[in-house]
Amino acid sequence: MSDKLQKQYSDRVKRTTFTEEMKKDYTILVPDMLPIHFNLIIKAYAHFGYKMELLTNRERVVIDEGLKNTHNDACYPALLVIGQFMEALKSGRYDVNKTALLISQTGGGCRASNYIYLIRKAISTEFPQVPVISLNFSGLEPNPAFPMTIPIIMRLIYSVLYGDMLMLLYNQCKPYELEAGSTDKLLARWEHRVGKLMGEKSRFMQTKRIYRAMLRDFAALPRSKENKPRVGIVGEIYVKYSPLANNDLNSFLISEGCEPNVPGLLDFVLYCASDLINDAGLYDIKTMRTYAYMIGYDVLYKFQKEQIKVIEEQGVFFPPHDFEHLREAADKYMNQGVKMGEGWLITAEMAALAETGTENIICTQPFGCLPNHIVAKGMSRVIKQAYPNANIVAIDYDPGATKVNQENRIKLMLANARKPQ
Amino acid sequence: MEKIYDLGIDVGSTTVKTVILLDGEILYTKYERHFSKVRETVAEQLKLISDKYPAAVFRTAITGSAGLGIAQASGIEFVQEVYSAFVAVNKRYPKTDVVVELGGEDAKIIFLTGGVEQRMNGSCAGGTGAFIDQMAQLLGVTADTLDEMSLKSTRLYPIASRCGVFAKSDIQPLLNQGAKKEDIAASIFQAVVDQTVSGLAQGRRIEGNVLFLGGPLSFLKGLRRAFTQTLGLDEEHANFPELAPCFMAYGCALRANELSKPMSIDETLDKIVNAKTSDNIVTGRPLFRDREEYVEFTHRHKQSDLKYADIRTYEGDAYLGIDAGSTTTKLVLITPDGGLLYQHYCSSKGQPLDIIASKLEEIYTIANPKLRIKASAVTGYGEELIKSGLGIDYGIVETVAHYKAAEFFCPDVDFIIDIGGQDIKCFKIKNHAIDSIMLNEACSSGCGSFIQTFAQAMGYEIADFATLGLFAKAPVELGSRCTVFMNSSVKQAQKDGASVEDISAGLSSSIIKNAVYKVIRAKSIDELGTNIVVQGGTFLNDAVLRSFELELGRNVIRPAIAGLMGAFGCALFAKEKSKNTDGISGVLNLEQLKDFAYNSMQAQCKGCTAHCNLTIIRFSDGRRYVSGNRCERGAGIKLENKTENMFEYKLNKLYSYGERKPAGTPRARVGLPMTLSYYDMLPFFHTLFTELGFEVVLSDESTRDTYYKGQHTIPSDTVCYPAKLAHGHIIDLLEKGVDFIFYPCMSYNIDEGQADNHYNCPVVAYYPELLKANIPELNDANFISPYLDINYKRNTAHNLAKVLKPYGVTEKQIMLKLNAAYTEQVRYKKSNEQKALEIIREARSKGQRIIVLAGRPYHVDKEINHGIHKLITSLGFAVVTEDSVAALVDAPPIDVLNQWTYHARLYRAAEYVCRNKDMQLVQLVSFGCGIDAVTTDEVRAILEEKGKLYTQLKIDEITNLGAAKIRLRSLAAALEEKETNEERSRTAV
Repeated sequence: MSDKLQKQYSDRVKRTTFTEEMKKDYTILVPDMLPIHFNLIIKAYAHFGYKMELLTNRERVVIDEGLKNTHNDACYPALLVIGQFMEALKSGRYDVNKTALLISQTGGGCRASNYIYLIRKAISTEFPQVPVISLNFSGLEPNPAFPMTIPIIMRLIYSVLYGDMLMLLYNQCKPYELEAGSTDKLLARWEHRVGKLMGEKSRFMQTKRIYRAMLRDFAALPRSKENKPRVGIVGEIYVKYSPLANNDLNSFLISEGCEPNVPGLLDFVLYCASDLINDAGLYDIKTMRTYAYMIGYDVLYKFQKEQIKVIEEQGVFFPPHDFEHLREAADKYMNQGVKMGEGWLITAEMAALAETGTENIICTQPFGCLPNHIVAKGMSRVIKQAYPNANIVAIDYDPGATKVNQENRIKLMLANARKPQ
Repeated sequence: MEKIYDLGIDVGSTTVKTVILLDGEILYTKYERHFSKVRETVAEQLKLISDKYPAAVFRTAITGSAGLGIAQASGIEFVQEVYSAFVAVNKRYPKTDVVVELGGEDAKIIFLTGGVEQRMNGSCAGGTGAFIDQMAQLLGVTADTLDEMSLKSTRLYPIASRCGVFAKSDIQPLLNQGAKKEDIAASIFQAVVDQTVSGLAQGRRIEGNVLFLGGPLSFLKGLRRAFTQTLGLDEEHANFPELAPCFMAYGCALRANELSKPMSIDETLDKIVNAKTSDNIVTGRPLFRDREEYVEFTHRHKQSDLKYADIRTYEGDAYLGIDAGSTTTKLVLITPDGGLLYQHYCSSKGQPLDIIASKLEEIYTIANPKLRIKASAVTGYGEELIKSGLGIDYGIVETVAHYKAAEFFCPDVDFIIDIGGQDIKCFKIKNHAIDSIMLNEACSSGCGSFIQTFAQAMGYEIADFATLGLFAKAPVELGSRCTVFMNSSVKQAQKDGASVEDISAGLSSSIIKNAVYKVIRAKSIDELGTNIVVQGGTFLNDAVLRSFELELGRNVIRPAIAGLMGAFGCALFAKEKSKNTDGISGVLNLEQLKDFAYNSMQAQCKGCTAHCNLTIIRFSDGRRYVSGNRCERGAGIKLENKTENMFEYKLNKLYSYGERKPAGTPRARVGLPMTLSYYDMLPFFHTLFTELGFEVVLSDESTRDTYYKGQHTIPSDTVCYPAKLAHGHIIDLLEKGVDFIFYPCMSYNIDEGQADNHYNCPVVAYYPELLKANIPELNDANFISPYLDINYKRNTAHNLAKVLKPYGVTEKQIMLKLNAAYTEQVRYKKSNEQKALEIIREARSKGQRIIVLAGRPYHVDKEINHGIHKLITSLGFAVVTEDSVAALVDAPPIDVLNQWTYHARLYRAAEYVCRNKDMQLVQLVSFGCGIDAVTTDEVRAILEEKGKLYTQLKIDEITNLGAAKIRLRSLAAALEEKETNEERSRTAV
């Protein structure tokens, strides 16, 4: 910015910076988005001396606090994250003078980039002493006490990889387990094991060996041979994954006799990485960052290829979509220049799911989500044209929508899914 | 062999339907309303069957939106209701292409041919049977009468049907203006049809053989007519089966035949009666711990009562106050010291003019002849009509009236909250002037009348219903959003077995939560101050009052005349204003009242292209009153020496580009849709194409018809109205026969500096992608939509050349012409800034206040702003826009990520307003604009930090400006009051 004299932030909102000093005895609270992945990330950060805790409070009071402390037209994820933080800070479970908050930030053209600011505004009056830390890869809000070093980034990436793998295996085993709870037990065991690996120097990098062990263990679970309809879940990143936001959609689908198919977090990471590369192609602007992103993208994509290959080698489970294939799928419907929110990725995932036989698709979104007008609801017509059997239902989530209403709509979709053709 | 029957039970949101089949033949059908007593009604129906078919054996299944809970609890098979319909249609009408079903609270469409697809209304959709019931109630008739009336209509008014609350705010002013009920009735049905076509079909046309199902469609002829006409169906293709009301039950019985185990009817009945309810209701604390607490509570509130005086014996001056509200009419007559001589409170039911005239007559008849009405004032939706019709002396805005009244009971009042039939108004008082106003947005209003509607739906009088809640042991938590959502929360609670008492208490508390969370949005209760006065009819309900005190954790003042405060405030105002005069009120006297009569007629204003629908009321003494107009022209008033309006200037300026044509024979005709980003970037693209030798064709100015034109291609019904209009503009250009439409996708806008980034919002950036995917007529050849970032000149030329190749344009040619385009864009911007300064200068020379009407570039579209800028000028302000003043100051310090070009202008405009004493900012927000959830709070913070008032106007497809008017007039009144106070304190020093 040219004009450095101009003050950037007002005095209306108090900000506390997270310092090296605080690292010692502060607890950093993490919102409830992807339980498996985030628990691994927390363990990874523990290796560097940060004490983090995943919030799991899901009571009604979370929504009430969110409504009270956020603009009610703000998106549902913002409302829930803020509600969860406020409830935690007010609950007395934490020493508010020794607590910090963590939120991820992408820096895209969607409202989501503003979450961290909304959180600061929300806590400013009552808890000005609580620092809010941004977790991002775009260099926003640099903080020496919370740096993005290569070792940290490596562990974050591996957390995503193992988290995706475990989520995939869980979803493909749980609906068919013969002994109730056996899948959950196995998952818990693996979460513990990977968590421990994260604390070690480099053994967590032995992906192939670890994947194979995971695949072996899950394949050994006694499962029925039933044929259950596979239901894809796509949508806005928070609502798609967070059980708090989607009323535990995953479990609901399993209880309805379906197999949920939730694309992994790595897709979203690759999508973010490809953003700058796509822009470079479209607008012919290449900077040092573009090249760095290109290298990063290649590395991540190789990781995905490896994961797919290992799964295919074993041949028991359904692998994730190849990201390059997703990009091709997107090109049939829209330009990859659509890069706000989850952008073209949602369209691509819907198309890829329909193409690979998961024709029942639930598209989850916060009520009034701006990018989703275009990439989700806006594209379902053309996807249905291409795949006439695609059975897509868009479900809006917000503080007032009742579970019954949402479930009723999903049931309608399922009735269609099970209809004898 | 013993006969086995098939029984289908359809438990809907308002009715229970039963159908019995034997070998696929219908033996028995029954349709019964359940008044929310779901399980009891089902049991009753089964008893009837058991009497008719004693000891018979049935295969039973349940379907319907309220049936799931019962089915689960009793273990009887459940069939999803759309699936039931599907089965039934396949059996009975296999040639059907589309099924349209309207139920009590849901609407569905099933497309059967060309890819089976089923659509249900979202959680935010009205347009259903309940909506029709609600509207009938508003008109004070039954649904059947509404139907009869609709058949006699002569014209249609636009009514929003997306949600009942919206529609109410369209209908009420029509009623108040004296529009014919027959026309309104037909308009209501048309609104339902529009809602189904746009909200549900979403891009798929309803054509072929259409089967109409559900109660409303089988009982209401007017609705059927509206559907067939709108869809252009002949008798052969529009099928209204006799069985329609029970169709789902029929399908369900068919399914039962395949699914269910035979069981004796008594066994089935037993299962339903003894079904265990699930315990997933969330409950809150009781309103009162015990009787004592209640006694203390009532005693405390008794203290805020008025003195009463006897109208029959009182001699001397009296003051009349009238509040012609949206759903109720209130009238008081007081003595100079505030003694209550006469009061009246009733539902408006149509024409408030008649009610007030008759009450006035009553006053004259019973009053002591020596009572003299010295002055009178009126407020509310019907203000202008009543004022001119009955000769009332003053008309004031509601907020002022309410403040006057509250001040009477509590001179140091800090905070006032008024919950009326349809609106919540809250205002903070600082230095004895209204400091900030919070009104509910159109989507959450209908608060007070909601409880009433609900009480009636459950078969109770409102007063009894409210009392029930007082001692509920476990009030249900019902959520706090809009009433439509509450509706389904209540349904869910009922399904889970909550008692009426618990629901009543839960409703009271959710109304309060709605007010506290959604309207007031106070971070801490201390922000509200110590002295809080509550008023409005809704607070007469003790359960609501108590919920409020509990939510706040402190006691508040509720005057005993809480429901009459608006009228009372008017009377006080009249007294204050007439303090130094000796005259008597101009209100009609008894003789005049006896001759009082009026008739109303409809007309269309020809003053400008907006063509406002006018209602002209002629009174018996020859005076006339015009309403429905947005500017002074409609009322036949000529304004001399008018300051120019920036909104009009910008719009004219943009359309004037349309007149520029290229020299020589054009290469081709290119269409530019006047929508979203083009309201900002038109000069650039227009100049570029004209310079390159294209003939540029602009789409016509938006009207309501533009919306209708594209309605059937809108895939997302919650997107903002400006985006919805884009569809119509594209179709308009296609009809104009252009060679191609050019509409680029732009992630980035122009970098205007002083911001973290320069994005467009996701909708503005990528709407062309959506248009292309949803308007079947578009293809790669006739819709050219490159990705551009015009901050990069060479790249822009490159990307344009790629797509314009078919027209023989090269990159080099484009490079040459781009400079002219950039220059024109800058020139356009500069001329706007110049114009704004001119307007400001002129306003100052005339002593006018100035309002920066801040929104988005596309808010200059008349169909989007509904003439709000004209309304503002008619209140005496001058209007400039955010983009025309933003460049005059640096960006202020802000606490959000400032990354959108349009929005960055808002912050700078707010900063500019802060630096000018005679300026205020009014922010226009399109409904559904998610980004404004970020900007509005920030703009408010910037303004309030510097002691400015913040006013926000939400706009949608609704054309009614009632709420906007209240806000703007309150703003004007607050400014005046502030000025008087400042003067007072200056002279005091």
